[in-house]
Amino acid sequence: MKQKTFFVFVAPSLLMMLIFIAIPLVSVFIQSFYVTQNVYETVVVETCTPSFPTSICEKTEKTVPLLDENNTPITQTVFVGLDTYRAVLEPEKAVQLIRSGQFFDIFTDIDFYKALRFTLMFTLITLPLVIGVGLLIALTVNNVAQNIKGPVIFISLLPFIITPVIGALSIKWLFIGDGLLTRALESLIGQEIAMFAQGWTIELLMMFYRVWHVAPFAFVIFYAGLQSVNQDTLESAVIDGASRFERVRYVIIPHLMPLIYFIALIHLMDTYRVFEEIIGFSSEAHVISLQWLTFDFLEPDDTGNRAISRASASSMLTMIGIILLLIPVLNRTLRDQKKG
Amino acid sequence: MTDDTPKVFQQTPLLKAGTYGFLVLWALIAAFPLVWIFIMSFKLPVDAFAQNPLVVIMGKNTATAADAFSLLDLILVGIFTYYAYKIPRKFYRTTVDYFLPIEHRKLNIFALCFVYGLLVVASFFYLLPFVSQLVNALFDELPLLSLLSKPLIGYTLEHYYAVWVENTFYVQFKNSLTVTFGVVIISLTVGTLAAYALSRTTSSIALWLLVIALIFRALPHSVLVTGYLPFFVDSKEILTPLWNLPLIGSIFSFFAEEPPTLYGQPLAVIAVLVAINQPFTIWMLRSFFMNVPKELDEAARVDGCTHFQAFRKVILPVMWPGLITTGLFSFLLAYNDYLVTSLLLDSQNETMVPAITAYFNRETTATDQVEAIAAATSITAPLFILVMIFQKQIVSGLTQGAVKG
Repeated sequence: MKQKTFFVFVAPSLLMMLIFIAIPLVSVFIQSFYVTQNVYETVVVETCTPSFPTSICEKTEKTVPLLDENNTPITQTVFVGLDTYRAVLEPEKAVQLIRSGQFFDIFTDIDFYKALRFTLMFTLITLPLVIGVGLLIALTVNNVAQNIKGPVIFISLLPFIITPVIGALSIKWLFIGDGLLTRALESLIGQEIAMFAQGWTIELLMMFYRVWHVAPFAFVIFYAGLQSVNQDTLESAVIDGASRFERVRYVIIPHLMPLIYFIALIHLMDTYRVFEEIIGFSSEAHVISLQWLTFDFLEPDDTGNRAISRASASSMLTMIGIILLLIPVLNRTLRDQKKG
Repeated sequence: MTDDTPKVFQQTPLLKAGTYGFLVLWALIAAFPLVWIFIMSFKLPVDAFAQNPLVVIMGKNTATAADAFSLLDLILVGIFTYYAYKIPRKFYRTTVDYFLPIEHRKLNIFALCFVYGLLVVASFFYLLPFVSQLVNALFDELPLLSLLSKPLIGYTLEHYYAVWVENTFYVQFKNSLTVTFGVVIISLTVGTLAAYALSRTTSSIALWLLVIALIFRALPHSVLVTGYLPFFVDSKEILTPLWNLPLIGSIFSFFAEEPPTLYGQPLAVIAVLVAINQPFTIWMLRSFFMNVPKELDEAARVDGCTHFQAFRKVILPVMWPGLITTGLFSFLLAYNDYLVTSLLLDSQNETMVPAITAYFNRETTATDQVEAIAAATSITAPLFILVMIFQKQIVSGLTQGAVKG
């Protein structure tokens, strides 16, 4: 295909990505250094209360927003350098906490580090779980009779395609105060349980939800990969006296290795964006994630203002995080693609 | 059935039991939360949050306060479903071969399926209740068999009524449909063109485009929304200079009198979701195109087609499975989205998923909670039907991207 025809075909898609992904990225980068705010002026207001013989008058200084001829507040955009980043990262508070020996309080007192801690832990803990559970389901389904494979795949797909917010909700409803499983657990242990009263139980439920939601995806891919395992290699492994476990360990897993990398890549991308769980479990008070932090800045606050510049700063930091996380995996994908 | 696996590969009974046990456990975990909210949505709050799971399923209080199915009803529904499923399987071929005209065959088959679907739905909602009433009344008269027509499982539709009729959930449903179908159609159109080009070239630019697309796929959506939001809110003022330009301005004002405020516009959200979805669409469609042999378009080119004609007349017709699969995944992305739609749409154009937060944030009474559950079930139902129909395509789509791409 000629260079020119190639670009004609790619142009619409490229244009979409340029306008709606690349340009917004640049604008977020620029926004993060500027703050738009109302212009205020200080006026002296004289308030008088009626009294005898003359009224008592008091002069106070007030700051009021400047209005233009249409009575809308005048705004101005100022370059503030790294100030918004400072507002998000709060380095002084962090240093102070470290000095006073309360290092771990950083992860509970400052929103950004709290979100960072949860997002990273969540991503890294669920990764091996998803791969493990997916592989286990794939191996077992591969071993059962043909006529029950279809129904099992059908049921497995349900958690995968469900709307994430609703999937999280459906698990939440099982575990809320008077939910079915809470009561079952209570009668099992014999004491009151409140799953949504403290951070760690919520995190546990979130991880359960995520594995429940993503393991089917890993399962389907591994299952497809298992169909192309070389039977001769398996047979020779048997002849060499390999046990069932050794066959999985030394024949099947190496065969599935590219797929494991693929799942790890997709899982890192998707789980780093953890957000719907926070909404579904309504866990804002205990557990927050990086993407939720940006979302929260973007939502209008009580006065109807959106903290755009702080959202931009936290977006940039979020983005740096995912790039750092992906570099090793991406490197490998690039090498594979080049090999063909 | 004879077992023809070699003896060394045969499983010990213990392993076999373990395998089946594990699968049953997994199926239970996978389906239980969804089945449970489905059951709860039909019960009165007293039953829905009862301590004993059996009470929830049977719904005794619901049965006395509202409606109930008898054992007979359940049997009738079972028979109906069985035949509704079996009849087309048995008669489809003969009907198509003998009764449909040869011209416009595909259109006719589609019409046939549509009419059948309509017929099944209509008889389920109108004919079946009538028949069951009749049969129940008949059995009531008989001495021993009247046990069968006793009310057994309570159900109520009042929560669905509250959600769909009183709280006008159909408005959000319509909005969801607009956004979802807009995204599917546009992203497939734009994506196939790009993916086709990318699959038919080996230049290093193509490789770089793919890698950049992969990086774009990794971006958290909130990062992008942060970029759009200030622009969308003020787009009217920002775009005014464009409308005032001498020549270009008159072209723009042909489409809209004055610059639009993009915030709250479904069209703007569709564009955003298409762009977010683009990297994924390109990767997946590309791997489908890789499977279409290059010789096919070369042959078309030799016969005098241009690149675009070859693409439209030769390649696209064999690409339907890939298009359906990628379309499904675009559908899921747009339908399931919470973040983008909740930040960029106003309450008038809100889609279903953000709208449901209003229900569970307001969860003050038990009735509110069950209404939230009914709304959640309503959102899930179309997805469930989708998996039923397109299970094969979803599986092939998942594996295509990974195994071959």
